[in-house]
Amino acid sequence: MTTGDSVLRTEAVCKNFGSLQVARDVSISLPRGARHALIGPNGAGKTTLINLITGQTKPDSGRILLHDEDVTAVATAGRVRRGLTRTFQINTLFPALTPIEAVTLAVAERKQQAGQFWRSLTDHKETVEESFETLQQLGLGNVATSETRTLAYGQQRLLEIALALATKPKVLLLDEPAAGVPKDESAMLFEVVAALPDDISVLFIEHDMNIVFKFATRIIVLVSGGVLLEAEPEVVRSDPRVREVYLGNAHHG
Amino acid sequence: MSAEHTQIERRSTAVQQPLEWLKGQSRWSVFELLFWVAALIPFFFFPTYLTLFSQIAIAALFAISVDLILGYAGIVTLGHAMFFGLGAYVAGLLSAKLGWGEPITGLMISGAFAGLVGFLVSFLIVRVQHLALIMVTLGLGLLTYELANSMSWLTGGTDGLLGVKTWDILGYFRFDLWGYTAYGYSLAALLIGFLASRRIVNSSFGLALRGIRENTARMPVIGSEYRWHLQKIYTISAVIAGIAGAMLTQTTNFVTLEVLSFQRSADVVVMLILGGTGRLYGAILGALIFLLMRDQLAGINPQYWYFWIGLLLMVVVLFMPKGILGRLSDLVRRFGR
Repeated sequence: MTTGDSVLRTEAVCKNFGSLQVARDVSISLPRGARHALIGPNGAGKTTLINLITGQTKPDSGRILLHDEDVTAVATAGRVRRGLTRTFQINTLFPALTPIEAVTLAVAERKQQAGQFWRSLTDHKETVEESFETLQQLGLGNVATSETRTLAYGQQRLLEIALALATKPKVLLLDEPAAGVPKDESAMLFEVVAALPDDISVLFIEHDMNIVFKFATRIIVLVSGGVLLEAEPEVVRSDPRVREVYLGNAHHG
Repeated sequence: MSAEHTQIERRSTAVQQPLEWLKGQSRWSVFELLFWVAALIPFFFFPTYLTLFSQIAIAALFAISVDLILGYAGIVTLGHAMFFGLGAYVAGLLSAKLGWGEPITGLMISGAFAGLVGFLVSFLIVRVQHLALIMVTLGLGLLTYELANSMSWLTGGTDGLLGVKTWDILGYFRFDLWGYTAYGYSLAALLIGFLASRRIVNSSFGLALRGIRENTARMPVIGSEYRWHLQKIYTISAVIAGIAGAMLTQTTNFVTLEVLSFQRSADVVVMLILGGTGRLYGAILGALIFLLMRDQLAGINPQYWYFWIGLLLMVVVLFMPKGILGRLSDLVRRFGR
């Protein structure tokens, strides 16, 4: 366990689905500005760990700490408001809303304006402008007023990130941000991730090892719900156990 | 390089563009103004139908209250007559039991009471979804109906509540036999209720409601305590439904158990589906079509008029999934280009 500069920490988090252990004593820590990758074979419990951290799944035991505050009992929305945000592997967007509407909604929620029913949406000029800046930052400025369902798949992936950024996260958990995106585009997506401000700590799940080694400063290897190894990329690359897990998985799969 | 030049130009105008687009979404259209002018036609051309048009305005206000929760927030209800009926009875009891027949304060008290009950019920409503939600609303509606039925000492039971007397509006407009005052009063209430609802759906709160309807699961992940949003709109909807119910009492000076009936809960959903959900005017158009059809068809055959409503409902659901108004606006958009 690392010291006080960690922004996010899990302490011995356990979760069982029936007799299946999906999280075994997971203790990880994200320092400020981290660019950590979470890797592991299919079914290792990577997405479950993100669900546990964001509160969509409740742990059987263990604690989750954000800025040294125990948030284990805090609901997802409360964690987001404290700066802990995620994206989804499968697009979880608002199909009939336009990107400008969706991101404006997220910004309005953050600024506690979303409950105001007596003021016209466009009276919140700064909120709309901030949303548009976020969209432009991700290259979505020219589709800001097209319905989300009509966007290209890659643009929808970017909108996933835009929605997360609109909450002004301190910790950003990206669940396979480039899932389903062609290889050349996925590098572009990760350029966006790499360009995020330094004060955001990022933990991302990714299967493409080239991308992982290129963008991660540290790698957490998850196997059967437990942390096998947490180390720098070079160490992970040369670790025989990691090779075995991946090669073994390839042989059986 | 002219291509580069236009790109720079496009960027500078683009900053203003989304805000303008959002404003365009809520701007008043010519059709809207025409509609409200057309709402005055019955005064001059159909004076013998003013009582009917008053009923239509009341039904339209009730349908708007349901559109707010069903069309915008995605809460399907089959028991909203509960709030309509509560408003109707409160307005009636104020006059019949307490001797207070002043209409405008009557509306406010009725709306507030329905809203209070709506707020309490909302704690239950936000805990269930899908079929369970429909059943809970249905159950609450039936419960309220039987409660009013059994408390006949207060409500008059199946005989109805007699002795309601509504005073002149603002001490000046007397409720006349022809229904001039009734329709004027109902139309004014409809307009005010509509304007309030229009403001709500075009607010950031209205956007949050559409977000809930589009993807409830995403809402907490963008930091939304969306259950409060749902409770808030449910309460607002109950207030409007209660006011609509009170209008019915005040314009007819009579309350029957029918105001709480399942039939009324179901009819209002049918009106909404006919007109089109999530667009406010769909609620008004649906009420207009439904009640005009009922009036005309019942004149032809008083027993089987519901057959035609059923047929129309199926045609609309099968061929116009966005309702009649949704279809019309699609057509206007297509030919407008």
